Amino acid sequence: MKPAPFVHHAPRSVEEAVAALAEVGHDGKVLAGGQSLIPLLSMRLASPGHLVDIAGVAGLDTVEVADRHVRVGAMVRHAGLERHTGAAAALPLLRLALHHVAHPAIRTRGTTVGSIAHADPSGEMPAIAVLTDAVVEAVGPGGAREVAAADFFVGPLETTLAPDELVVAVRFGRFTATTRTGFAESARRSGDYALAGVALAVDADGDQITSARASFVSVTPVPDVLDLGPALAGRSLHDLPLDAVAELVLAHVDPESDIHAPAEYRRMLAAELTRRALTTLAHDTTEGAA
Amino acid sequence: MSEAAAEQLLEITLRVNGVRRSARVPARRLLSDALRHDLGLTGTHVGCEHGVCGACTVLLDGEPARACLVLAVTAQAHEITTVEGIGSDPANLSPVQQAFAESHALQCGFCTPGFITTISAFLVENPHPTPEEAREAISGNLCRCTGYQNIVKAVVRASEIVAERAEAGR
Repeated sequence: MKPAPFVHHAPRSVEEAVAALAEVGHDGKVLAGGQSLIPLLSMRLASPGHLVDIAGVAGLDTVEVADRHVRVGAMVRHAGLERHTGAAAALPLLRLALHHVAHPAIRTRGTTVGSIAHADPSGEMPAIAVLTDAVVEAVGPGGAREVAAADFFVGPLETTLAPDELVVAVRFGRFTATTRTGFAESARRSGDYALAGVALAVDADGDQITSARASFVSVTPVPDVLDLGPALAGRSLHDLPLDAVAELVLAHVDPESDIHAPAEYRRMLAAELTRRALTTLAHDTTEGAA
Repeated sequence: MSEAAAEQLLEITLRVNGVRRSARVPARRLLSDALRHDLGLTGTHVGCEHGVCGACTVLLDGEPARACLVLAVTAQAHEITTVEGIGSDPANLSPVQQAFAESHALQCGFCTPGFITTISAFLVENPHPTPEEAREAISGNLCRCTGYQNIVKAVVRASEIVAERAEAGR
């Protein structure tokens, strides 16, 4: 249960970090909060020869709230983003989902951007990234580039990021002032990996739903967005066709069986959580939930 | 390939319980091991070593963190508080320690240091928790003996002791 030996790099700038990553190539790994990476190292599921520790890189620990997005730097801890009142007001879904990320003692160290770069399909924040049409800001030896969240995730723990690229920030897109959002998940133990989870964003004109989208935790190989419009568009918030919604979810999700739950249970759970989160969101009378 | 990498040794200085302590450690040294093996502070207990059990919880700049999920080299940037820093004199227990003793909130005691650190930080954030909030606050710490009921009581009792001591002007 101890990590294999590695060389620790402590760059002070993004340029130094990228140079270090470029030098070590596939034998390198970025260390941010370490709450996913260090267990992998300790269990020897990963044994990179080099860790590029970005905790000392200047300028990566800021949260910026703009008209169209909330920009979160790579060293912003989950707890810091959860506490950020500006971010919570601009995009309430962030705080709603962050509350489900592991335990408080993990959220004080783990970073939101790190959990997206880690691309674990059982992570909450990758699901939020795709639902908010987030943009991943990466820097490599050739300069900066931006990747839409939808193009970022390619498989479990796999992204389109090159070994010499560093994610410096993620911009979460804001919803409109009238968008209702919701989040629900279920785990065996408090703070454990969710068996299934769902994030929702629903737009309505008065009571009439105009659009509805969902993304999922732990039940899809990569986080992606399910359009619930075919079941919900044109329907009233107070007369939700929940069976039709559940059918869409059951057809979309593709969970795997493991020691914690069989795939079929996770499928049903994803559908049930979607029903409950939709019902909660429809009854939420606080307007301007985005 | 990486198994063959030469062991990198680093001179580190940790600020633990208000004292600066130096050690020469491998880059891969976990904070939990640095505290116990290099600095001799064995109050921090190591259970699962992958962040699940909470026994090794220490405070970094006052916030709870798993010492097994932080590299010692990274921890240099923070003020570290271990259970020894919260209270190590039986005649002068911290409010949380006193509440644990009064409420019978421990049996074997292995998980206790992680609870003491976690709850001490929690009470700063929330000085008057309800039993429900207390339960939520300890949800990241595992105890195999008590069944948690008395730990929840101890959290609430500790908040009273903090208030009583403040009242008494201590």
